[in-house]
Amino acid sequence: MSREGLINAALLAGLVAIPLWAWAGDEPFTITLATRVAILALAGVGLNIALGLGGLVSLGHAAFFGIGGYAMGILASHAQAYDPIMESPILIEGTKLMPVIWIIAIVAAALAAVVIGALSLRTSGVYFIMITLAFGQMFYFFSISWPAYGGEDGLSIYLRNDFPGLNTLDPIQFFAICMVLLLLALWFNARLAQSPFGLALGAARQAPRRVETVGLSPFRLRLVAFVISGAITGLAGALFADLNRFVSPAMFSWQTSGEIIVLIILGGVGRLCGPVAGAALFITLEHFLGELSEFWHIYLGLLLLAVVLFARGGIIGLLAGRAATHD
Amino acid sequence: MPPARIPGRRFVTIILFIEQVLNGIQFGVMLFLMAAGLTLVFGVMGLINLAHGSLYMVGAFAAAAVATATGSFLLAIAAALAAAAAAGAIVEIVVIRRLYARDHLDQVLATFALILIFSEGVRWIFGSFPLYLDIPAYLSGPVSLPGGIEYPRYRLALIGVGLSIAAGLFWLISRTRLGVRIRAGESDREMIAALGVDISRLYTVVFALGAALAGLAGALVGAIQSVQVGMGEPVLILAFVVIVIGGIGSIKGALIGSILVGLTDTLGGVLLPEVFRLFMDNSAASSTGAALASMLIYILMAVVLVWRPQGLFGGTA
Repeated sequence: MSREGLINAALLAGLVAIPLWAWAGDEPFTITLATRVAILALAGVGLNIALGLGGLVSLGHAAFFGIGGYAMGILASHAQAYDPIMESPILIEGTKLMPVIWIIAIVAAALAAVVIGALSLRTSGVYFIMITLAFGQMFYFFSISWPAYGGEDGLSIYLRNDFPGLNTLDPIQFFAICMVLLLLALWFNARLAQSPFGLALGAARQAPRRVETVGLSPFRLRLVAFVISGAITGLAGALFADLNRFVSPAMFSWQTSGEIIVLIILGGVGRLCGPVAGAALFITLEHFLGELSEFWHIYLGLLLLAVVLFARGGIIGLLAGRAATHD
Repeated sequence: MPPARIPGRRFVTIILFIEQVLNGIQFGVMLFLMAAGLTLVFGVMGLINLAHGSLYMVGAFAAAAVATATGSFLLAIAAALAAAAAAGAIVEIVVIRRLYARDHLDQVLATFALILIFSEGVRWIFGSFPLYLDIPAYLSGPVSLPGGIEYPRYRLALIGVGLSIAAGLFWLISRTRLGVRIRAGESDREMIAALGVDISRLYTVVFALGAALAGLAGALVGAIQSVQVGMGEPVLILAFVVIVIGGIGSIKGALIGSILVGLTDTLGGVLLPEVFRLFMDNSAASSTGAALASMLIYILMAVVLVWRPQGLFGGTA
């Protein structure tokens, strides 16, 4: 196993071991922190497919995160109130079943990613960054001014949604659900990177002209990557909302987009487990620095600045050295 | 920062419409002050600066602090310009300078880090509560325009200030030595460095100029809204929309894009609910109209993107 492979294995083992240890010691708060790491890492895995594989700097992934969150909020609130979402022409009812919510969150986020991606990918570079940021902000303002689902105040769900055979309100069981989904996403990401599609996408990042010359469309490759990326981040959004039992426009905010991108950078761009390392570091910092100082964002900012200026590979880059497979 | 809307009016009268057009222009020229700096910095240095909104905030806080201490609005504005320009110059020398040769992702992240540092730093110094900046007596109250329109004197002054700064910028870029250098820097930076222009000083000056414009906008808008941490970023993102519409690097595009975005946002907020009232009941029309109006400028941006991906006045990027 390569050095990066060993680090990844240690990282994931740690992320499983810590909550198990906390479970044995009856410390539910630590399990919740680990669950947040798993969910943020999942959102990061989503963005990493666009950013790391595709080279697409999307500053608007909060849109997909929020759509996933609201998919959960809207479905669960209707199910809770026994009030169908729509009666004509067909009856659509809310649901409290997690797998159904996940599928709807994935589909809704993917649809949004098709539209945003098709528009934004007409441009590149700095335009792409500004446009994705702007579309994220559009969802933010829409969620604030649309009063049906709580508007500015957000929407509370009193009970966590159900998963057949599990008690989702038990922190360790909910953590297990999130962790399994994270592992599936990582496995999918690893397979994708090695697949013909992933190789073509990487080539489109490095040498778009050549990719065009061999008859592939960089636009189409990037759009597919962007949609997959958005869908995974949408799933993370649904889980995040379920963790908090609350959705609010804050999920759509530009800070959320910034944080997802930051945790990838802290971990290492284009590294399979970069988002996991980054999310673990982010939550750890938030927890420990947050206790030390109310103004912990200053330290986060300084750390981020230092990583960008002096340690561009992130944590995994520092530990594993240069990756063989990336430029 | 959308200007105040008048709720509860059942019909749009001509007077209300003209008022809203003026509000839209006022909003637009303030956006222009932000967008001009961003687009200059991008055009000359090729840098995307997310921390531009922080400089807007720095200007507003400096103005509020000086106004409280001295009671003078003019001193407050001067302080905003000086503080934002100084903050801009320092940031350029310490951090931004290292980013010119980096890719956009590094620029985004480093300037995002700067936002965190600026926002928390300002919160640390001034606390979390919003500050207020009062409109001076000689600019408060309404002014009568032809046609019996009463319009706030201060907002009218903002339009005047914004348009004169736009004119000044056009003059600076097209008529002065600094402007020649800026334009030369946009088209070929190696060449002007080879011709003996101190390129790193030019970059610092351009960055500080953009920062001063942002700080001025923050102070001027701070007097009609509260001055608080995080006030800069929504405006920053709107300025991005302006630049995408106008075309990167074009001051003219920034001006026209700003006015377009200002008018669309302001008029959309007033007119859309009225349009929906034609076929919906009152409260549903208000909420649907307001929700759609909040998306209108992004829809405008999407339309421009489909039609001209390089923006209205952008060259081929």
